[in-house]
Amino acid sequence: MAETSLGHVDHTAPRPPGLRGFVADWSSDQRAFKGVSWGKAMMWIFLLSDTFIFGCFLLSYMTARMSTVVPWPNPSEVFALHLFGQDIPLILIAIMTFVLISSSGTMAMAVNFGYRQDRKKTAILMLLTAALGATFVGMQAFEWTKLISEGVRPWENPWGAAQFGSTFFMITGFHGTHVTIGVIFLLIVARKVWRGDYETGARGFFTSRRGQYESVEIMGLYWHFVDLVWVFIFAFFYLW
Amino acid sequence: MAQAEAQDHGLHGHAAPVQAGAHAQGQQHPIKLYLVVWGWLFILSACSYAVDYFALQGLLRWSLILIFMMLKAGLIVAVFMHMAWERLALAYAIIVPPLVILVFVAIMVIESRYTEITRVLSFGAG
Repeated sequence: MAETSLGHVDHTAPRPPGLRGFVADWSSDQRAFKGVSWGKAMMWIFLLSDTFIFGCFLLSYMTARMSTVVPWPNPSEVFALHLFGQDIPLILIAIMTFVLISSSGTMAMAVNFGYRQDRKKTAILMLLTAALGATFVGMQAFEWTKLISEGVRPWENPWGAAQFGSTFFMITGFHGTHVTIGVIFLLIVARKVWRGDYETGARGFFTSRRGQYESVEIMGLYWHFVDLVWVFIFAFFYLW
Repeated sequence: MAQAEAQDHGLHGHAAPVQAGAHAQGQQHPIKLYLVVWGWLFILSACSYAVDYFALQGLLRWSLILIFMMLKAGLIVAVFMHMAWERLALAYAIIVPPLVILVFVAIMVIESRYTEITRVLSFGAG
């Protein structure tokens, strides 16, 4: 409700000259993203900054892989699983990809049912999303355990370039942390949906603003972003 | 929130109150759309996995990986994240900056080639 209390400045009014005008321009009630709530705009801007973080991680991985004179371990073999009496390349990663995409699908539908004020379906779909996210983290923990038991460390591994371990643990670890945080927030928002906080307009614990179903969409933006990052990690780290 | 937005629109005359009301309802799309996109994401993921499974190599492998990756990313951002229905001001503000990373990529490609040459020259074949 801050917008109403701030009041509206006449945008065509002349600004004071010099530094005061500069400050007035940057502090006054101006909006670039019309029709977009501050919450959604801020989530997008946060995701943009996160894009740069993951971009830098993948860039450092590219640099390490391109500049090393030692052969890079073949991810297709490293991440193979012995199933049904044969080695299937990359199968665990493929399953993880499908799990995360499915969680994105259920999240998109949760947002949709939220805007239709269908409390029960929204909460169930969000809990399903959280469950799929937790499954993903669990499979990642399994993958880490397997690699660590095979002797992969951030400073060495049995198959080739030492940087393989450090980039693997850093990139997938950071992504897994994002998924874990996402699961926690999904559970919090799902609980609010279930209780009907967004219909009665109960105030939130942090900003004490009145909640509404857009919170589900903003939560969804974060969750889809986690899936989006995995698309790039899957392509560049596991498939390349 | 919605009231404030409606007032904001009303004051500046950018949108009629009816449209502001429609925004308060949020994004409304048929569930079928999400299921179709979900299906496509599954197909594209299966395709990228097939690239590895059939052990395609060289330029074909890399171009297929990049094509499937960009298609998946595009579908997620456009439909799941609703970017296709947002105003252009927001879409450009979010999508254009990451493209600058490509400049960074170019710089680091030059840098890593240089590092590799120095390593070969200094330490022999490795």
